[in-house]
Amino acid sequence: MKAPVFTYHAPRSVQEVIDLLTTHEDARVLGGGQSLMAMLNLRVAGPEHLIDLGRVPELVGIEERSDIILVKAMTTQRNVEHSELVRRHVPLLGHAIDHVGHQQTRNRGTVGGSICHLDPGAELPVAAAALDAVLVAQGPQGRRRIDFADFPADYLTNAMEADEILVEIEFPKVLPRSGSAFMEFNLRPADFAIVSVAVQLSLAGDSDSIERLAIAIGGISYAPIRLTGVEAALAGRPLDIESLRTAVTVLSDIDFDGDDLYPPEYRRDICGVLIERALKAATERAGASQ
Amino acid sequence: MTDLRDIRLVVNGRAVERTVETRMHLGDFLRKELKLTGTHLGCEHGVCGACTVLVDGMSARSCLMLAVQADGREIQTIEGVGTTPEELHPIQAALSRHHGLQCGFCTPGVVMTMIEMQRESAGRSLEEAEIRHLLSGNLCRCTGYQGIVDAALELFGPKGSTVNPPTKISHG
Repeated sequence: MKAPVFTYHAPRSVQEVIDLLTTHEDARVLGGGQSLMAMLNLRVAGPEHLIDLGRVPELVGIEERSDIILVKAMTTQRNVEHSELVRRHVPLLGHAIDHVGHQQTRNRGTVGGSICHLDPGAELPVAAAALDAVLVAQGPQGRRRIDFADFPADYLTNAMEADEILVEIEFPKVLPRSGSAFMEFNLRPADFAIVSVAVQLSLAGDSDSIERLAIAIGGISYAPIRLTGVEAALAGRPLDIESLRTAVTVLSDIDFDGDDLYPPEYRRDICGVLIERALKAATERAGASQ
Repeated sequence: MTDLRDIRLVVNGRAVERTVETRMHLGDFLRKELKLTGTHLGCEHGVCGACTVLVDGMSARSCLMLAVQADGREIQTIEGVGTTPEELHPIQAALSRHHGLQCGFCTPGVVMTMIEMQRESAGRSLEEAEIRHLLSGNLCRCTGYQGIVDAALELFGPKGSTVNPPTKISHG
Protein backbone atom coordinates (compact mmCIF):
# COMPACT_ATOMS: atom_id res chain seq x y z
CA MET A 1 0.00 0.00 0.00
CA LYS A 2 2.91 2.32 -0.59
CA ALA A 3 3.57 4.12 -3.85
CA PRO A 4 6.51 2.86 -5.90
CA VAL A 5 9.54 5.09 -6.39
CA PHE A 6 9.17 7.89 -8.92
CA THR A 7 10.90 11.17 -9.66
CA TYR A 8 8.71 14.04 -8.54
CA HIS A 9 8.41 17.32 -10.43
CA ALA A 10 6.58 20.44 -9.30
CA PRO A 11 6.51 22.80 -12.29
CA ARG A 12 5.14 26.34 -11.92
CA SER A 13 3.74 26.92 -15.41
CA VAL A 14 1.92 25.02 -18.16
CA GLN A 15 4.94 25.49 -20.44
CA GLU A 16 7.16 23.81 -17.85
CA VAL A 17 4.69 20.93 -17.60
CA ILE A 18 4.75 20.42 -21.36
CA ASP A 19 8.56 20.62 -21.44
CA LEU A 20 8.71 17.91 -18.79
CA LEU A 21 6.22 15.74 -20.68
CA THR A 22 8.24 16.16 -23.87
CA THR A 23 11.51 15.23 -22.16
CA HIS A 24 10.31 12.30 -20.06
CA GLU A 25 8.77 9.30 -21.69
CA ASP A 26 7.16 7.49 -18.76
CA ALA A 27 5.50 10.43 -17.04
CA ARG A 28 2.08 11.06 -15.54
CA VAL A 29 0.54 14.28 -14.37
CA LEU A 30 -0.90 14.42 -10.87
CA GLY A 31 -4.06 16.50 -10.56
CA GLY A 32 -5.92 16.50 -7.27
CA GLY A 33 -4.68 12.97 -6.67
CA GLN A 34 -8.02 11.54 -5.57
CA SER A 35 -7.73 8.68 -8.08
CA LEU A 36 -4.07 8.62 -9.10
CA MET A 37 -2.74 8.63 -5.52
CA ALA A 38 -4.89 5.59 -4.74
CA MET A 39 -3.63 3.93 -7.94
CA LEU A 40 -0.04 4.65 -6.91
CA ASN A 41 -0.61 3.29 -3.39
CA LEU A 42 -2.19 0.17 -4.87
CA ARG A 43 0.61 0.04 -7.45
CA VAL A 44 -1.72 -0.19 -10.40
CA ALA A 45 0.12 2.91 -11.61
CA GLY A 46 3.89 3.32 -11.41
CA PRO A 47 5.24 6.03 -13.67
CA GLU A 48 8.93 6.90 -13.63
CA HIS A 49 8.09 10.58 -13.43
CA LEU A 50 5.24 12.20 -11.55
CA ILE A 51 4.45 15.76 -12.59
CA ASP A 52 2.42 17.58 -9.93
CA LEU A 53 0.07 20.21 -11.40
CA GLY A 54 -0.75 21.53 -7.94
CA ARG A 55 1.70 24.44 -8.12
CA VAL A 56 0.55 25.85 -11.45
CA PRO A 57 -1.63 28.86 -10.62
CA GLU A 58 -2.72 29.44 -14.24
CA LEU A 59 -4.60 26.12 -14.11
CA VAL A 60 -7.00 27.28 -11.38
CA GLY A 61 -10.09 29.46 -11.67
CA ILE A 62 -13.62 29.86 -12.95
CA GLU A 63 -14.25 32.65 -15.47
CA GLU A 64 -17.26 34.01 -17.30
CA ARG A 65 -16.97 34.61 -21.05
CA SER A 66 -19.76 35.84 -23.30
CA ASP A 67 -21.58 32.56 -23.75
CA ILE A 68 -19.48 30.09 -21.77
CA ILE A 69 -18.25 29.43 -18.27
CA LEU A 70 -14.59 28.53 -18.36
CA VAL A 71 -13.39 26.13 -15.69
CA LYS A 72 -9.62 25.75 -15.50
CA ALA A 73 -8.55 22.13 -15.26
CA MET A 74 -7.14 22.18 -11.72
CA THR A 75 -10.10 23.97 -10.18
CA THR A 76 -11.25 21.86 -7.26
CA GLN A 77 -14.65 20.22 -7.26
CA ARG A 78 -15.25 22.11 -4.02
CA ASN A 79 -14.75 25.45 -5.76
CA VAL A 80 -17.23 24.46 -8.45
CA GLU A 81 -19.67 23.28 -5.79
CA HIS A 82 -19.61 26.76 -4.25
CA SER A 83 -19.39 28.77 -7.47
CA GLU A 84 -22.21 31.26 -8.05
CA LEU A 85 -21.25 31.44 -11.73
CA VAL A 86 -21.67 27.69 -12.10
CA ARG A 87 -24.94 27.53 -10.17
CA ARG A 88 -26.40 30.35 -12.25
CA HIS A 89 -25.11 29.57 -15.74
CA VAL A 90 -24.34 25.83 -15.74
CA PRO A 91 -26.61 24.43 -13.02
CA LEU A 92 -26.26 20.86 -14.31
CA LEU A 93 -22.60 20.92 -13.35
CA GLY A 94 -23.66 21.90 -9.84
CA HIS A 95 -26.27 19.12 -9.70
CA ALA A 96 -23.59 16.62 -10.78
CA ILE A 97 -21.05 17.87 -8.23
CA ASP A 98 -23.60 17.22 -5.49
CA HIS A 99 -23.05 13.51 -6.18
CA VAL A 100 -19.26 13.62 -6.45
CA GLY A 101 -17.29 11.95 -3.66
CA HIS A 102 -17.04 13.30 -0.14
CA GLN A 103 -16.13 16.72 1.15
CA GLN A 104 -12.61 15.42 1.91
CA THR A 105 -12.14 14.35 -1.71
CA ARG A 106 -13.95 17.34 -3.26
CA ASN A 107 -11.61 19.63 -1.34
CA ARG A 108 -8.72 18.28 -3.42
CA GLY A 109 -10.27 16.51 -6.40
CA THR A 110 -10.33 18.58 -9.57
CA VAL A 111 -12.82 18.97 -12.41
CA GLY A 112 -10.14 18.40 -15.05
CA GLY A 113 -8.75 15.39 -13.24
CA SER A 114 -12.10 13.64 -13.08
CA ILE A 115 -12.86 14.35 -16.74
CA CYS A 116 -9.42 13.16 -17.89
CA HIS A 117 -9.49 10.04 -15.73
CA LEU A 118 -12.87 8.99 -17.20
CA ASP A 119 -13.93 6.55 -14.54
CA PRO A 120 -17.11 4.96 -15.93
CA GLY A 121 -18.83 5.64 -12.59
CA ALA A 122 -17.77 9.28 -12.38
CA GLU A 123 -20.35 12.03 -12.63
CA LEU A 124 -18.47 14.92 -14.21
CA PRO A 125 -17.83 13.23 -17.58
CA VAL A 126 -21.55 12.49 -17.84
CA ALA A 127 -22.41 16.12 -17.13
CA ALA A 128 -19.75 17.23 -19.64
CA ALA A 129 -21.31 14.96 -22.26
CA ALA A 130 -24.80 16.37 -21.71
CA LEU A 131 -23.50 19.94 -21.76
CA ASP A 132 -21.46 19.56 -24.98
CA ALA A 133 -18.42 20.74 -23.07
CA VAL A 134 -15.30 21.58 -25.05
CA LEU A 135 -11.94 20.54 -23.66
CA VAL A 136 -8.92 22.70 -24.32
CA ALA A 137 -5.69 20.71 -24.45
CA GLN A 138 -2.23 22.23 -24.65
CA GLY A 139 0.90 20.58 -26.01
CA PRO A 140 4.17 21.51 -27.72
CA GLN A 141 2.17 22.59 -30.81
CA GLY A 142 -0.03 24.92 -28.81
CA ARG A 143 -3.67 24.60 -27.89
CA ARG A 144 -6.48 22.66 -29.50
CA ARG A 145 -10.15 22.30 -28.67
CA ILE A 146 -11.69 18.84 -28.38
CA ASP A 147 -15.44 18.24 -28.27
CA PHE A 148 -16.29 16.06 -25.31
CA ALA A 149 -17.83 13.52 -27.70
CA ASP A 150 -14.35 12.94 -29.18
CA PHE A 151 -12.52 12.90 -25.86
CA PRO A 152 -12.96 9.38 -24.43
CA ALA A 153 -10.79 6.87 -26.32
CA ASP A 154 -11.13 3.73 -24.22
CA TYR A 155 -11.54 2.67 -20.59
CA LEU A 156 -9.82 5.26 -18.40
CA THR A 157 -8.16 6.65 -21.51
CA ASN A 158 -8.67 10.01 -23.17
CA ALA A 159 -7.79 11.21 -26.64
CA MET A 160 -4.98 13.57 -25.66
CA GLU A 161 -1.40 12.93 -26.76
CA ALA A 162 1.22 11.95 -24.18
CA ASP A 163 2.73 15.43 -24.24
CA GLU A 164 -0.57 17.26 -23.90
CA ILE A 165 -2.50 18.29 -20.79
CA LEU A 166 -6.01 19.55 -20.29
CA VAL A 167 -5.85 23.24 -19.41
CA GLU A 168 -9.48 24.30 -19.32
CA ILE A 169 -13.03 23.23 -20.01
CA GLU A 170 -15.64 25.36 -21.73
CA PHE A 171 -19.19 24.84 -20.52
CA PRO A 172 -21.87 26.60 -22.60
CA LYS A 173 -24.18 28.81 -20.54
CA VAL A 174 -27.77 27.60 -20.40
CA LEU A 175 -30.50 29.23 -22.47
CA PRO A 176 -33.53 30.96 -20.92
CA ARG A 177 -36.31 28.59 -19.76
CA SER A 178 -33.79 25.81 -19.19
CA GLY A 179 -33.83 23.05 -16.65
CA SER A 180 -31.47 20.25 -15.80
CA ALA A 181 -31.16 17.29 -13.48
CA PHE A 182 -28.58 14.74 -12.48
CA MET A 183 -29.75 11.43 -11.06
CA GLU A 184 -27.77 8.37 -10.12
CA PHE A 185 -28.06 5.01 -8.47
CA ASN A 186 -25.49 3.61 -6.08
CA LEU A 187 -25.46 1.69 -2.83
CA ARG A 188 -24.15 4.56 -0.70
CA PRO A 189 -24.57 8.23 -1.51
CA ALA A 190 -21.26 9.72 -2.69
CA ASP A 191 -19.97 6.44 -4.12
CA PHE A 192 -19.25 6.20 -7.81
CA ALA A 193 -22.49 5.70 -9.72
CA ILE A 194 -23.60 2.29 -10.90
CA VAL A 195 -25.79 4.15 -13.39
CA SER A 196 -26.14 7.91 -13.78
CA VAL A 197 -28.24 10.20 -15.95
CA ALA A 198 -27.76 13.85 -16.85
CA VAL A 199 -30.51 15.84 -18.55
CA GLN A 200 -30.27 19.36 -19.93
CA LEU A 201 -33.26 20.84 -21.70
CA SER A 202 -34.93 24.09 -22.61
CA LEU A 203 -38.57 24.86 -23.37
CA ALA A 204 -39.71 26.76 -26.46
CA GLY A 205 -41.00 30.34 -26.10
CA ASP A 206 -43.84 30.33 -23.62
CA SER A 207 -45.10 26.84 -24.45
CA ASP A 208 -44.45 23.52 -22.72
CA SER A 209 -42.71 22.03 -25.76
CA ILE A 210 -39.17 20.91 -25.34
CA GLU A 211 -37.01 22.88 -27.73
CA ARG A 212 -33.59 21.48 -27.02
CA LEU A 213 -32.74 18.35 -25.14
CA ALA A 214 -29.58 16.53 -24.16
CA ILE A 215 -29.53 13.25 -22.26
CA ALA A 216 -26.29 11.54 -21.27
CA ILE A 217 -26.02 8.28 -19.35
CA GLY A 218 -23.03 6.90 -17.46
CA GLY A 219 -21.99 3.55 -16.04
CA ILE A 220 -23.00 1.91 -19.31
CA SER A 221 -19.71 1.73 -21.14
CA TYR A 222 -16.21 3.21 -21.07
CA ALA A 223 -17.63 6.60 -21.97
CA PRO A 224 -20.89 8.41 -21.29
CA ILE A 225 -23.47 7.82 -24.01
CA ARG A 226 -25.69 10.50 -25.49
CA LEU A 227 -29.21 9.31 -26.23
CA THR A 228 -29.48 11.16 -29.52
CA GLY A 229 -32.45 9.07 -30.65
CA VAL A 230 -34.47 10.06 -27.60
CA GLU A 231 -33.34 13.66 -27.87
CA ALA A 232 -34.66 13.86 -31.44
CA ALA A 233 -37.89 12.01 -30.64
CA LEU A 234 -38.77 14.23 -27.69
CA ALA A 235 -37.83 17.61 -29.16
CA GLY A 236 -40.70 19.81 -30.29
CA ARG A 237 -43.33 18.30 -28.00
CA PRO A 238 -44.28 18.59 -24.36
CA LEU A 239 -43.13 15.93 -21.93
CA ASP A 240 -45.95 13.44 -21.40
CA ILE A 241 -46.40 9.78 -20.60
CA GLU A 242 -46.03 8.82 -24.24
CA SER A 243 -42.77 10.65 -24.70
CA LEU A 244 -41.41 9.20 -21.47
CA ARG A 245 -42.27 5.75 -22.79
CA THR A 246 -40.42 6.53 -26.03
CA ALA A 247 -37.39 7.58 -24.02
CA VAL A 248 -37.26 4.30 -22.14
CA THR A 249 -37.91 2.13 -25.22
CA VAL A 250 -34.77 3.37 -26.92
CA LEU A 251 -32.71 1.86 -24.12
CA SER A 252 -33.37 -1.67 -25.44
CA ASP A 253 -31.17 -0.83 -28.44
CA ILE A 254 -28.19 0.17 -26.33
CA ASP A 255 -25.52 -2.25 -25.16
CA PHE A 256 -25.04 -2.00 -21.43
CA ASP A 257 -21.91 -3.17 -19.64
CA GLY A 258 -22.53 -5.32 -16.63
CA ASP A 259 -21.06 -7.62 -14.04
CA ASP A 260 -22.34 -10.34 -11.72
CA LEU A 261 -23.66 -7.85 -9.18
CA TYR A 262 -25.20 -5.44 -11.66
CA PRO A 263 -25.93 -7.24 -14.93
CA PRO A 264 -26.76 -5.26 -18.09
CA GLU A 265 -30.53 -5.74 -17.85
CA TYR A 266 -30.52 -4.51 -14.24
CA ARG A 267 -28.60 -1.39 -15.21
CA ARG A 268 -30.96 -0.85 -18.13
CA ASP A 269 -34.01 -1.00 -15.86
CA ILE A 270 -32.50 1.41 -13.35
CA CYS A 271 -31.46 3.70 -16.18
CA GLY A 272 -35.03 3.87 -17.49
CA VAL A 273 -36.31 4.92 -14.08
CA LEU A 274 -33.61 7.54 -13.67
CA ILE A 275 -34.23 9.00 -17.13
CA GLU A 276 -37.92 9.38 -16.37
CA ARG A 277 -37.22 11.09 -13.05
CA ALA A 278 -34.52 13.34 -14.51
CA LEU A 279 -36.72 14.41 -17.44
CA LYS A 280 -39.55 15.27 -15.08
CA ALA A 281 -37.30 17.21 -12.69
CA ALA A 282 -35.56 19.10 -15.51
CA THR A 283 -38.87 20.02 -17.15
CA GLU A 284 -40.26 21.27 -13.84
CA ARG A 285 -37.18 23.39 -13.25
CA ALA A 286 -37.36 24.78 -16.78
CA GLY A 287 -41.01 25.71 -16.29
CA ALA A 288 -40.18 27.48 -13.04
CA SER A 289 -37.25 29.42 -14.51
CA GLN A 290 -37.48 32.68 -16.43
CA MET B 1 16.76 5.32 -6.80
CA THR B 2 15.35 7.31 -3.96
CA ASP B 3 13.95 10.73 -4.78
CA LEU B 4 14.25 13.12 -1.84
CA ARG B 5 12.97 16.64 -1.17
CA ASP B 6 13.27 19.11 1.66
CA ILE B 7 9.92 20.29 2.89
CA ARG B 8 8.84 22.95 5.38
CA LEU B 9 5.36 23.06 6.77
CA VAL B 10 3.41 23.89 9.89
CA VAL B 11 1.89 20.99 11.79
CA ASN B 12 -0.44 21.78 14.67
CA GLY B 13 1.01 25.26 14.90
CA ARG B 14 4.62 24.08 14.99
CA ALA B 15 7.07 24.70 12.13
CA VAL B 16 8.54 21.47 10.81
CA GLU B 17 11.43 20.84 8.40
CA ARG B 18 12.25 17.42 7.07
CA THR B 19 13.80 15.65 4.13
CA VAL B 20 11.30 13.17 2.73
CA GLU B 21 11.06 10.54 0.08
CA THR B 22 8.77 12.05 -2.56
CA ARG B 23 6.66 8.89 -2.73
CA MET B 24 5.76 9.10 0.98
CA HIS B 25 2.16 10.12 1.55
CA LEU B 26 1.20 12.68 4.14
CA GLY B 27 -0.34 10.10 6.49
CA ASP B 28 2.89 8.12 6.68
CA PHE B 29 4.85 11.35 7.09
CA LEU B 30 2.75 12.37 10.09
CA ARG B 31 2.95 8.96 11.69
CA LYS B 32 6.48 7.85 10.89
CA GLU B 33 8.46 11.07 10.67
CA LEU B 34 6.61 13.20 13.20
CA LYS B 35 5.38 10.31 15.40
CA LEU B 36 1.90 11.79 15.33
CA THR B 37 0.19 8.43 15.39
CA GLY B 38 -3.25 9.83 16.16
CA THR B 39 -3.91 9.98 12.43
CA HIS B 40 -4.99 6.45 11.58
CA LEU B 41 -4.38 4.75 8.27
CA GLY B 42 -7.16 2.38 7.31
CA CYS B 43 -7.45 1.60 3.63
CA GLU B 44 -4.74 3.84 2.17
CA HIS B 45 -6.66 4.29 -1.03
CA GLY B 46 -9.06 7.03 -0.12
CA VAL B 47 -12.13 5.10 0.88
CA CYS B 48 -12.34 4.95 4.67
CA GLY B 49 -11.60 8.50 5.82
CA ALA B 50 -9.76 7.41 8.98
CA CYS B 51 -6.69 9.40 7.91
CA THR B 52 -8.58 12.70 7.49
CA VAL B 53 -6.57 15.77 8.49
CA LEU B 54 -7.02 19.47 7.77
CA VAL B 55 -4.83 21.00 5.05
CA ASP B 56 -4.96 24.79 5.26
CA GLY B 57 -8.15 24.27 7.22
CA MET B 58 -9.84 21.98 4.71
CA SER B 59 -10.43 18.30 5.31
CA ALA B 60 -8.38 15.94 3.17
CA ARG B 61 -7.44 12.30 3.12
CA SER B 62 -3.79 12.21 4.13
CA CYS B 63 -3.24 8.96 2.22
CA LEU B 64 -4.19 10.66 -1.06
CA MET B 65 -1.65 13.44 -0.77
CA LEU B 66 2.11 13.29 -0.87
CA ALA B 67 4.08 14.75 2.02
CA VAL B 68 5.96 16.84 -0.54
CA GLN B 69 2.63 18.39 -1.58
CA ALA B 70 2.23 19.66 1.99
CA ASP B 71 5.34 21.81 1.55
CA GLY B 72 4.44 25.35 2.62
CA ARG B 73 1.07 24.35 3.98
CA GLU B 74 -0.53 24.20 7.38
CA ILE B 75 -1.68 20.82 8.65
CA GLN B 76 -3.89 20.11 11.62
CA THR B 77 -4.16 16.59 13.04
CA ILE B 78 -6.11 15.13 15.96
CA GLU B 79 -3.10 15.94 18.19
CA GLY B 80 -3.67 19.59 17.33
CA VAL B 81 -7.18 19.42 18.70
CA GLY B 82 -5.16 19.77 21.88
CA THR B 83 -7.05 18.27 24.75
CA THR B 84 -6.48 16.02 27.71
CA PRO B 85 -8.74 13.20 28.91
CA GLU B 86 -10.00 15.55 31.61
CA GLU B 87 -10.74 18.35 29.21
CA LEU B 88 -12.03 17.11 25.89
CA HIS B 89 -12.73 19.30 22.87
CA PRO B 90 -16.50 19.91 22.71
CA ILE B 91 -16.68 17.64 19.65
CA GLN B 92 -14.87 14.84 21.46
CA ALA B 93 -17.05 15.33 24.53
CA ALA B 94 -20.20 15.12 22.42
CA LEU B 95 -18.97 11.94 20.72
CA SER B 96 -18.31 10.48 24.14
CA ARG B 97 -21.72 11.48 25.51
CA HIS B 98 -23.51 9.91 22.56
CA HIS B 99 -21.42 6.76 22.40
CA GLY B 100 -20.16 7.94 19.02
CA LEU B 101 -17.16 5.66 19.14
CA GLN B 102 -16.35 2.15 20.18
CA CYS B 103 -12.92 0.97 19.01
CA GLY B 104 -11.92 4.53 18.13
CA PHE B 105 -10.11 3.76 14.91
CA CYS B 106 -12.22 6.07 12.78
CA THR B 107 -12.60 8.73 15.48
CA PRO B 108 -9.63 11.00 14.66
CA GLY B 109 -10.93 11.31 11.10
CA VAL B 110 -14.48 11.88 12.31
CA VAL B 111 -13.32 14.62 14.69
CA MET B 112 -11.33 16.40 11.98
CA THR B 113 -14.33 16.28 9.64
CA MET B 114 -16.53 17.69 12.41
CA ILE B 115 -14.06 20.50 13.09
CA GLU B 116 -14.42 21.56 9.47
CA MET B 117 -18.20 21.16 9.83
CA GLN B 118 -18.17 23.43 12.86
CA ARG B 119 -16.13 26.11 11.13
CA GLU B 120 -18.12 26.05 7.90
CA SER B 121 -21.55 25.99 9.51
CA ALA B 122 -20.44 29.07 11.47
CA GLY B 123 -23.34 28.90 13.88
CA ARG B 124 -25.92 28.07 11.18
CA SER B 125 -28.01 25.09 12.23
CA LEU B 126 -27.41 21.96 10.10
CA GLU B 127 -30.16 19.54 9.17
CA GLU B 128 -29.58 15.85 9.81
CA ALA B 129 -29.40 15.12 6.07
CA GLU B 130 -26.64 17.68 5.64
CA ILE B 131 -24.75 16.29 8.63
CA ARG B 132 -24.98 12.77 7.23
CA HIS B 133 -23.82 14.02 3.84
CA LEU B 134 -20.79 15.71 5.41
CA LEU B 135 -19.97 12.63 7.50
CA SER B 136 -20.39 10.23 4.56
CA GLY B 137 -16.65 10.22 3.90
CA ASN B 138 -15.85 8.64 7.26
CA LEU B 139 -16.52 4.94 7.62
CA CYS B 140 -17.10 3.46 11.09
CA ARG B 141 -17.24 -0.30 11.55
CA CYS B 142 -18.37 -0.48 15.17
CA THR B 143 -21.07 1.82 16.34
CA GLY B 144 -23.36 2.25 13.45
CA TYR B 145 -23.56 5.91 12.70
CA GLN B 146 -26.39 7.04 14.94
CA GLY B 147 -24.14 7.94 17.87
CA ILE B 148 -21.83 9.97 15.65
CA VAL B 149 -24.76 11.71 13.98
CA ASP B 150 -26.35 12.39 17.38
CA ALA B 151 -23.15 14.03 18.59
CA ALA B 152 -23.09 16.24 15.50
CA LEU B 153 -26.80 17.02 15.85
CA GLU B 154 -26.34 18.07 19.47
CA LEU B 155 -23.58 20.47 18.46
CA PHE B 156 -24.68 21.70 15.04
CA GLY B 157 -28.28 20.57 14.53
CA PRO B 158 -31.62 22.13 15.36
CA LYS B 159 -32.38 22.10 19.10
CA GLY B 160 -33.75 18.83 20.43
CA SER B 161 -33.01 16.90 17.22
CA THR B 162 -30.89 14.09 18.65
CA VAL B 163 -32.56 10.73 18.28
CA ASN B 164 -31.11 9.19 21.43
CA PRO B 165 -30.44 11.06 24.66
CA PRO B 166 -26.78 11.34 25.65
CA THR B 167 -25.44 8.76 28.07
CA LYS B 168 -23.43 9.74 31.12
CA ILE B 169 -19.92 8.39 30.88
CA SER B 170 -17.44 8.80 33.66
CA HIS B 171 -13.96 9.86 32.65
CA GLY B 172 -12.77 9.27 36.17
